[in-house]
Amino acid sequence: MTDAATETTSGTATGQTAGAVPILETHGLTMRFGGVVAVDDVDFSMAEGELRCLIGPNGAGKSTFFKCLTHQYKASAGRVRFRGTDITGSHTYQIARRGIGIKTQVPSVFDGLSVHENIWVAARRHHGRREANRIVDEILERLRLEGHARRVVGQLAHGERQRVELGTVLTGEPELILLDEPTAGMTHEEVNQTTDLIREINRTTSLIVVEHDMQFIKAIAERVTVFHQGAILIEDTMANLEKNQQVRDIYLGKQHAA
Amino acid sequence: MTVLGVNLRNWETWGTILVGIAMVVLLFAGPHIFDLFLLFKVTLFVAMAILALSMGFIWGYGGILCFGQSAFYGLGAYTYAIAVGNIGESTAPFLLAIVVPGAFAALLGYFVFYGRLSDVYLAVVTLAVTLILYNFMRSTAGEEYVIGAQRLMGFNGISSIQPINWPGDGSAWLLPDEIFHLAMFCLIACYFGLKLLNRSHFGRVAVAIRENELRAELLGYDVRLHKLQTFTIGGAMAGLAGCLGVNFNSFVNPDVFALNFAAEIIMWTLIGGLGTLVGPMIGCIGLLMLKFEIGQQQITNTYLIFGGIIMLFVLLVPAGLLPTARQLGERYLPMLRADGAGDGRGREAAQ
Ligand SMILES: Nc1ncnc2c1ncn2[C@@H]1O[C@H](COP(=O)(O)OP(=O)(O)OP(=O)(O)O)[C@@H](O)[C@H]1O
Ligand SMILES: [Mg+2]
Repeated sequence: MTDAATETTSGTATGQTAGAVPILETHGLTMRFGGVVAVDDVDFSMAEGELRCLIGPNGAGKSTFFKCLTHQYKASAGRVRFRGTDITGSHTYQIARRGIGIKTQVPSVFDGLSVHENIWVAARRHHGRREANRIVDEILERLRLEGHARRVVGQLAHGERQRVELGTVLTGEPELILLDEPTAGMTHEEVNQTTDLIREINRTTSLIVVEHDMQFIKAIAERVTVFHQGAILIEDTMANLEKNQQVRDIYLGKQHAA
Repeated sequence: MTVLGVNLRNWETWGTILVGIAMVVLLFAGPHIFDLFLLFKVTLFVAMAILALSMGFIWGYGGILCFGQSAFYGLGAYTYAIAVGNIGESTAPFLLAIVVPGAFAALLGYFVFYGRLSDVYLAVVTLAVTLILYNFMRSTAGEEYVIGAQRLMGFNGISSIQPINWPGDGSAWLLPDEIFHLAMFCLIACYFGLKLLNRSHFGRVAVAIRENELRAELLGYDVRLHKLQTFTIGGAMAGLAGCLGVNFNSFVNPDVFALNFAAEIIMWTLIGGLGTLVGPMIGCIGLLMLKFEIGQQQITNTYLIFGGIIMLFVLLVPAGLLPTARQLGERYLPMLRADGAGDGRGREAAQ
């Protein structure tokens, strides 16, 4: 799969200058499971450097949307463009190499390996042996995992495993990171630390964050996309969304009641 | 305490050093301590230990459960027999006995891994291929089944296979103790080769894929290619074992493709311990010795005993001998603690 061959001309619709090419775009992205339409004709676009939040009730299709972006599922229809390049048909590992990292909803780590090895295997894909060792130490420190370096990941608490997973993602310095419920299972203090970490990551990287924790979203969100029944319901700032009756009904209302 | 990048306070390091010393001692002392009959037997054991290593590598480290590892052993054996029967000088046949099974593993692996068939399918497909080879080879007794100058001989098997010779001189056949030396040398090379491989980037990724294929993909590793390479290395190594195996008694028949043999390799690995290299070798030698013993007594069926043993192990020592010994060692000898390398743990027998 060559980069040049799949280079797109979609710039005409979204602006001509290179700087205006969105980092990620989908057109009519659709994922059907039998009769269930989990992702329904989604046109999504975000700019480079953005920190976008994705919210929506359980089953809205957020995780499935992520899985289509990373080709864990082959979309039933629609296209995905990353920095102007069509990646719809690329394999999962090719998409990762292009610079999209993902932390999945259920932590996906190498459970039988130590924290150090988890991050080393990730870092070594991009760097030589010596550089990889350096980066592992750096990431362990950044995620406050130094004390756990030799522990087997399967024996760690949920929140720590999430951090290990994030650590593996960060080693590749991806240009876009997808975070599916990064604060799930974390203590209050860990959530605060994660908030800071995400802000810090966002200085160099674009992010899409799926979350249910409204406090957390308010703390980090610039723009929020609301998913409902597989489709984008609305896109706005958090302040405006809180005033929106439709959003309150389908999502916030339910959350408060729950 | 680290010397030349090797951690000396590590159970595994000491294990490797001890195994290395033991193998080198055996390499030189073997012909002096064994009589000729025993030397032949030990040579066969050494060939089988290489087969066990190949299984321990692809299954224990690569997470690939191949039910037909014996097929590659058999292909190596037959390739050597047929090639040496035609060529008469053993250097090319020796190499072909490694390359042909390796290529066959690559082809089979290509269909399974690139077809994204599940792990269970690989077990089923490899077993099916083994049984097809078994039935095919048994049906080649007729004179029409001939490759070059070598008849395949069907269920009778090919006998009087010319042994390996000194490279370049087709008449300078290796003596039994030289064949033993060669087999031992190959075993040592395979063992330390795999040790190095497992410590390398390639080996660490193989283990990571065993642990979580999806995460490996999400980090940018081409899992299909990686598994294909692991599987091919295992196939080539099993082929080498087959080549050495026929040199033990100059004979091969279709029983190398039989279900019994395929299952035995799985038993060696389970009993010795998944996720180790020495474990499968110990399991292999132990069960082979037991099999010879039972065979001599002729009071009971070998596989009845084997069945009982495997049940006992699954119930009492599910992690296998070596991982269990290591766990005990780490508990009672805490100064030798593995430094968190995950594959030191026993793996679930059902995996
Ligand atoms: N592999 C699958 N097969 C069939 N249906 C699926 C599959 N994956 C997801 N679905 C369905 O697609 C819909 C969207 O699921 P998804 O997991 O994407 O929701 P979500 O927004 O991530 O929800 P949550 O907030 O609970 O994580 C659900 O109705 C779900 O049942
Ligand atoms: Mg989800």
